[in-house]
Amino acid sequence: MNACPENVIHLMDDYLDGDISPSDERQLREHLESCSDCRKQYQALSKTIAFVQSASHIQAPSNFVQKTMGRLPKERQGASVQRWFRRHPMLAAAALFCVLMSAALFTNFNDDQQFSFTKQPNLVVEAQTVVVPKGHTVVGDLTVRNGDLRVEGELHGDVTIINGQYMASGGVITGEIEEIDKAFEWLWYTIKNGLKDAAAIFDTDDSQTKE
Amino acid sequence: MDALVNKRIAKVLKGDQNAFAEIVELYQHQLYQICYRMLGNKQEAEDIAQEAFMRAYVNIHTFDQKRKFSTWLYRIATNLCIDRIRKKKPDYHLDAEVRGTEGLNMYSKIANDDELPEEELMRMEVQERVQYEISRLPDKYRAAIVLKYIEELPLAEISEILDLPLGTVKTRIHRGREALRKQLSNL
Repeated sequence: MNACPENVIHLMDDYLDGDISPSDERQLREHLESCSDCRKQYQALSKTIAFVQSASHIQAPSNFVQKTMGRLPKERQGASVQRWFRRHPMLAAAALFCVLMSAALFTNFNDDQQFSFTKQPNLVVEAQTVVVPKGHTVVGDLTVRNGDLRVEGELHGDVTIINGQYMASGGVITGEIEEIDKAFEWLWYTIKNGLKDAAAIFDTDDSQTKE
Repeated sequence: MDALVNKRIAKVLKGDQNAFAEIVELYQHQLYQICYRMLGNKQEAEDIAQEAFMRAYVNIHTFDQKRKFSTWLYRIATNLCIDRIRKKKPDYHLDAEVRGTEGLNMYSKIANDDELPEEELMRMEVQERVQYEISRLPDKYRAAIVLKYIEELPLAEISEILDLPLGTVKTRIHRGREALRKQLSNL
């Protein structure tokens, strides 16, 4: 065998791997016919392979599937929710947005405890009450936050009162009066205004495109 | 087959655990066989095969559906088997490879010394003997030989399962084959 060219071993390996070119195979066959040592080696290897392949195919035990399934971790509670988030990122983002938005709105509602109102000429403030004095006229809309409103003169515009009261006292208001004093109504009012603003934006867009 | 498996995987990803039972059903025998031939012990083979399925289930979201599922699954199983074989070995410092060999270390020398007496070998049934000879192979060669000759997988797939270059897989099969031939020279 020592006299044999080294590449015969490689050819034999390639042949046994089932990965040999026809010309190499011819070369190998020719060599095996002439060299009994290499032929013995080849036969021993073939026998070895046949021996290993004689191993009968064995099957998993009959209850293998049930046992395996029994070992799987149980679905955690909330796992399906997590998976849902993972599979629907846009909806998840939208849901998160809603949660944060409403949180922000409620925080605003709670934080906005200080008294404020729309600045208009001729308005007088008495403690937590905004007064339109007798004989005076205020033109424009008026919003009062965390305070009351008393109109003794004339108000030409809409009135919005948040967390406060409108006290009728013989004055004249030409617009609508709206009182808001609950969190939910506040939220609704904010959303409505937001939509109005959005609509206004679209309206201007439309008018711009028309131009 | 692959389309079928990918459908099941999509269901598993949606949380349908029963769809995974169908995957286990499909691959149980092949996976169990690999583990049994690698470990040579029924209890251990069952344990490791179940462990492999369990890990596949837990990590199913990391499986790339453009690839072959069986390759991925067999890879998990062969890694677990090799880990198990290494843990079973005595705690000597025998890991160092013997120079000039690939993967031949002191273990394989000990394995050869451990050879059973000839009359005992002769009493063995063929099936028993096959398993005995495979289990005497160093684990590196064993995985390659089992995948090639028991599972009859193509070399390219074995290279992917073992995460080794094709050339290394060939070398291991050749050396494993040669080691087996020597072990069987008295047959």
